Amino acid sequence: MDPGSNGESPGSRQPSLDSLCSSSTSRSDRSLQTRGQSISSEQTSNSDLSPQLRIKGKPAKLFRDSEKDDIELLPKEVVQEVGKDVTYICPFVGALRGTLTVTNFRLFFRGVGRDPAFVLDLPLGVISRVEKISGASSRGDVSYVLVCKDVRTLRFVHKQPDDSLQKSVFEVLTKFAFPVSNTLSLFAFEYNQVFPENGWKVYDALAEYKRQGLPNESWRITKVNDHYELCDSYPAALVVPVTITDDELRRVATFRAKGRIPVLSWLHPESQAAVVRCSQPMSGVGGKRCKDDEKLLQAIMDANAQSHKLFIFDARPSVNAAANKMKGGGCESEDAYQNAELVFLDIHNIHVMRESLRKLKEVVYPNIEESHWLSNLESTHWLEHIKLILAGALRIADKVESGKTSVVVHCSDGWDRTAQLTSLSLIMLDSHYRTISGFQKLIEKEWISFGHRFQQRVGHGDQNHTDADRSPIFLQFIDCVWQMTQQFPAAFEFNESFLITVLDHLYSCLFGTFLCNSEQQRVKEELAKRTVSLWSFVNSQVDEFINPLYVHYPAHVLLPSVSIRHLQLWVSYYIRWNPRVRPQQPVHQRYKELLAKRAELQKRVEELQREVASRASASSERAGSPTRSITPVQTFV
Amino acid sequence: MLSLGGGGAKSTKPSFVSYVTPEEIKSEKEPPKKERHPDLLPGEVIFCSADPVLKHTQDDLSQRGIFGTLLCTNFRVSFVSDETPLEDMTQHFKNKLYGENDIPLMCVDNIYGVYDEKKKLMTKGMLKNKCPSKMIIHCKDLRVFQFCLTYTKEEDAKKIFQGIAHHCLEPKSLKCVFAFSYAVSRSPEVQRSQRTVMFNSKEDWTQEMKRTKANLRIVTENENFEFSMRLPKFFIIPAAVTDEDISKFPGKGLPVWCWSHHSGCALFKASTLPVPQEDGLMQGYMERMLHAVAHTHLYSLKLEDLSETLPTVQDIQQSYNKFKQFFLIDNSTDFWVSDVKWFSSLENTGWLDIIRQCLQKAVEVVECLEKENTNVLITEEEGTDLCCVISSLVQIMLDPHFRTLTGFQGLVQKEWVAGCHAFLDRCNHLYQKDKECQSPSPVFLLFLECVWQLIQQHSPAFQFSETYLTVLSDSIHVPIFSTFLFNSAYQRESTMKAESQHLQRGPLNCPAVWDWSVQFDCKAQELFINPLYADKLKQDKVIRKVPRAKHQRQLSLPSSAFKTPPKKGFFKDETESLKKMLRVKRISRWMASPDSPAAATREFYEAWQRRPLDYHGLLLPCLDGPAVRLWMQRYLRWIPEVQILGGGSVAITSKLAELLSQVQDLRRELDLRSCWETEAESLQLRPGPLALARTSLRLSSSFPFASNRNWTFKPAIPTSLLQSLMVTDKLASQEDETNEVISLV
Repeated sequence: MDPGSNGESPGSRQPSLDSLCSSSTSRSDRSLQTRGQSISSEQTSNSDLSPQLRIKGKPAKLFRDSEKDDIELLPKEVVQEVGKDVTYICPFVGALRGTLTVTNFRLFFRGVGRDPAFVLDLPLGVISRVEKISGASSRGDVSYVLVCKDVRTLRFVHKQPDDSLQKSVFEVLTKFAFPVSNTLSLFAFEYNQVFPENGWKVYDALAEYKRQGLPNESWRITKVNDHYELCDSYPAALVVPVTITDDELRRVATFRAKGRIPVLSWLHPESQAAVVRCSQPMSGVGGKRCKDDEKLLQAIMDANAQSHKLFIFDARPSVNAAANKMKGGGCESEDAYQNAELVFLDIHNIHVMRESLRKLKEVVYPNIEESHWLSNLESTHWLEHIKLILAGALRIADKVESGKTSVVVHCSDGWDRTAQLTSLSLIMLDSHYRTISGFQKLIEKEWISFGHRFQQRVGHGDQNHTDADRSPIFLQFIDCVWQMTQQFPAAFEFNESFLITVLDHLYSCLFGTFLCNSEQQRVKEELAKRTVSLWSFVNSQVDEFINPLYVHYPAHVLLPSVSIRHLQLWVSYYIRWNPRVRPQQPVHQRYKELLAKRAELQKRVEELQREVASRASASSERAGSPTRSITPVQTFV
Repeated sequence: MLSLGGGGAKSTKPSFVSYVTPEEIKSEKEPPKKERHPDLLPGEVIFCSADPVLKHTQDDLSQRGIFGTLLCTNFRVSFVSDETPLEDMTQHFKNKLYGENDIPLMCVDNIYGVYDEKKKLMTKGMLKNKCPSKMIIHCKDLRVFQFCLTYTKEEDAKKIFQGIAHHCLEPKSLKCVFAFSYAVSRSPEVQRSQRTVMFNSKEDWTQEMKRTKANLRIVTENENFEFSMRLPKFFIIPAAVTDEDISKFPGKGLPVWCWSHHSGCALFKASTLPVPQEDGLMQGYMERMLHAVAHTHLYSLKLEDLSETLPTVQDIQQSYNKFKQFFLIDNSTDFWVSDVKWFSSLENTGWLDIIRQCLQKAVEVVECLEKENTNVLITEEEGTDLCCVISSLVQIMLDPHFRTLTGFQGLVQKEWVAGCHAFLDRCNHLYQKDKECQSPSPVFLLFLECVWQLIQQHSPAFQFSETYLTVLSDSIHVPIFSTFLFNSAYQRESTMKAESQHLQRGPLNCPAVWDWSVQFDCKAQELFINPLYADKLKQDKVIRKVPRAKHQRQLSLPSSAFKTPPKKGFFKDETESLKKMLRVKRISRWMASPDSPAAATREFYEAWQRRPLDYHGLLLPCLDGPAVRLWMQRYLRWIPEVQILGGGSVAITSKLAELLSQVQDLRRELDLRSCWETEAESLQLRPGPLALARTSLRLSSSFPFASNRNWTFKPAIPTSLLQSLMVTDKLASQEDETNEVISLV
């Protein structure tokens, strides 16, 4: 790989970005342009899993213009094995023979005998499990099923190598798909591309707190967790009420599950109502109490002069909260916390969510049963879960905004449902989080720094696909955000393509952003030094991800409708592999055209003004030439 | 569920919070005793009124209300609030005929009386019953009104209740429809220049033939309906049909032309012949008709009996009846309860599936015309229900002219109004209860639903907006327009003639629905235009020179248009097989796999999908499960729980409109600098209402409907969270953190 090409300026990079009809994500925005080429849309949609290719400037363009069959390797990417005469059983177009290449980063399949070539290109990180089914046919063929994290399953048939010592391409694949299980390192640690933007600088906890006006007379930033001694899954910088000492915090930590004490997430700029997050109290069956915890919650309430009440939102169904008492956990009793009102939000746990996504995949991939589509969709409960999460976040946002009341949010450990609820309610409350950079900060803050266990929930590079810790919690959050973008099409600076890109790289293991379980681990692994941030990539070509309809209304609180009537299945994510289902968003396309048209006309008006200024007489002579270049707006290109 | 309102007249303390207590009303209201009524339309007469009546606001569970006067006129049920109306600055979309608190009588769907907290459906037999404490009115445009009568004097309450029930539930005669009183009293206006082709003259039909380059025979013998009362005044048939055959089974079984493809093949529709006769007379006739159709182009023919493959009008009615119940929401609790099983409830109504089937059928017909270039004849018992749906859809998919506003209106005129769709019976405007003689069925609405699906999927291809469709669907139930009042062209003409005879002033001035200025001012009408529409450059000219050639060539599939159809000497085979089919008296569908008709056209759709999309060419809908969607604007617009404040598509529309007008301004500026040859193309641009952009934050997703309601800023929070999701799985009770290893197999 030529490192020289990395330092391209964004301007010269642009054409190549467009020419590579890469991300699935951009299918929606550019479907009109790409439709012509997408003879097999499986091919388009799969070539798209290589957004990383887009950043390469000139070589990428050449690659596009010439042939699509060669892999454009990333820096440090090495071909490990090439399997000839492999058949891919495509559920949409049927069996395709071709060549399968495995690198330390990706799986690349190129079909033969089709024009244009059929290409399947995906990062190994999305593979959740590889299953070998032998004996399917008498001719010694071996069939491999690749179950992917991005809601698809790939099936290959391959001849058993005659030489039994020779490794099959799939054995190599299995090794590199699960580097952690095979004592290899994740590709993110090899990959060393240089981007103009440095994504690791996007989020700085102190700067973000400063934006919120913190510290102030009621809240201070404590260093008690500087070395992750108080809580190993929390960030170093924590915001707590000024009236609570570090010693008191240490005692609170013993009372909250995993030491995740109540700390501030967000402060309302006017009412001073706070969103506070934590884990469940360890009250247990006996209803144990902790004076310091009670004092802390009282202090949180006192920090907001507007209200003499505190709402504690327990994300769990009350039954589950009660069941947790048997294990030492539980919820706040109203005796101990007198001015607090406890509300259960009935959101189910990670296992229920995992099962729901599994059912959803069954319903949408590969084929959709038309006549029972709606009841099948309902039976997955996926949208029902989305509804509950959104409804919970809505209640939190409403209490903070309209009730001017501070809220405490927790579930069991405070890193799954709590992260979903706080981040979603923050998006509703604070328009900053609806910008591209603000959204990145939100993810860095509420998810990454506050210890959402990405490594466990996604299982990067781990072949133990039955691990009960895996769960699509973050996917659910992004889905909820998408639902909001549908309801408020002009309120978000980013587009759908951005959300899908984030999800694709949640699994790709190309960037360090979603690796590890906590800030402590990230510091230890020196992720910022050894890996590239997803935001480096995103911010270096931010134009791709801009929602052209975005209007910035600073103080606009979004109150989405959480009725299931308004929730839709995110077709362009969950069903994107199906060539028949097309994304339905010509609006952005049309809008971009109009923007271009406006810019063009504006330029011409300015030109003319200059001309008029320079030579006042002969403006009529120039009538002929420019007219041609401009087509009326309404002509659809 | 219905705990709203007091139980009876006895209850002195109301169980709801109202702005004024009943005592206050008495003291306030009695002295002035001013007659309150809405601004009456020409010819409108008040039958009865009652006051004070409490109209419940639906907004939330607080069960507040507004006091006012409830009236019943010969046009509407109207509620006039005692409060001075607030300054509506957001009301962009005022209907000139009826306001937010008015219900045209024809628009009343059902009336319920609430007796001791129990809701009972009112039928005409129950009118003598005692007056209910509350009256709930469900409207055909899906509004729900709740009027509490407990504060009204008992005899007034009884009078208004019986009056409303009488005028809304009793069968009436066509002559009593308000349109006639209105037309008589309406000041004679100069007929506006009608841009919509009405298809009531020979010229309109010959023009349409010319436009589609059809070369067929126009029949003028029916001008005075001497020949058939179920056919238009003028119609077009295959050139090969003889005079003798035209009058054989007056109108029945006659293939009537709908539209011609540029390749020369054409779409025809026909009613089926009356009773099968054994003498072979009919069989011979039918065969001659098929010959004649096949003769039109390359001796090819595909025949489809829609009544065999599509739901019946009764099925459609049943399905819609179930479907609409989910949008007629009385209170918030009901709403959240129905939210739980929403998708399966929706599926059980079958409504979306009927839409899918119609679109599917239309795609099949399109494939025959576009890919195989065969003539198509669709038949149905009357030939005026599903034939209209399918033929209209086919034309919209194939011919971009019908995706413009006037083109679409012309299509409705051609296929539905002139084409004798029985609007009067199907819409049941006269409240006939005898199910034997007619079957009400929302066939036209079904068609609009299908068009909405197309708009939803390909919005830049349509000049009109979904708001236009919604308003059109509402206008069906406004008894002002001649468009939806009659069963046939004959009935229209004869009724109008009879009614006009009483007048000295000349013929009745009954507007068509297409005269939108009757309902909306210019500003509101701007919302009918889709700002996304991608107009074709100098489209009119292109069409005048080479009628519709261009767009269709561009998208026709490689095998079509230029080549002759695959089978040569095809005619013989076809008639042989046709004869065979006729012998067994079964004209079956032609598609190969009857069990999954979707699979049959899949290839066609996929081939089309691979080609670059041309919004002025062939348009096909995606029919996969998630692609067929609920028409949210129409069905959810009045339900407060689903309003998205500051969101919804209005946010997009306003931005687009803003940008469009900026582009237009720039272009105008260039025009002024005289270096721009525009040929008035820029004048075609019609940006939407600009004021929207500034207020869009305060508009809700129900815009432009219900926009002048004061939505509470409170978010709608589900009231039944716990019941909503019963995960009985053992997963639910499992620990989140599974460090203590739980094996899950």
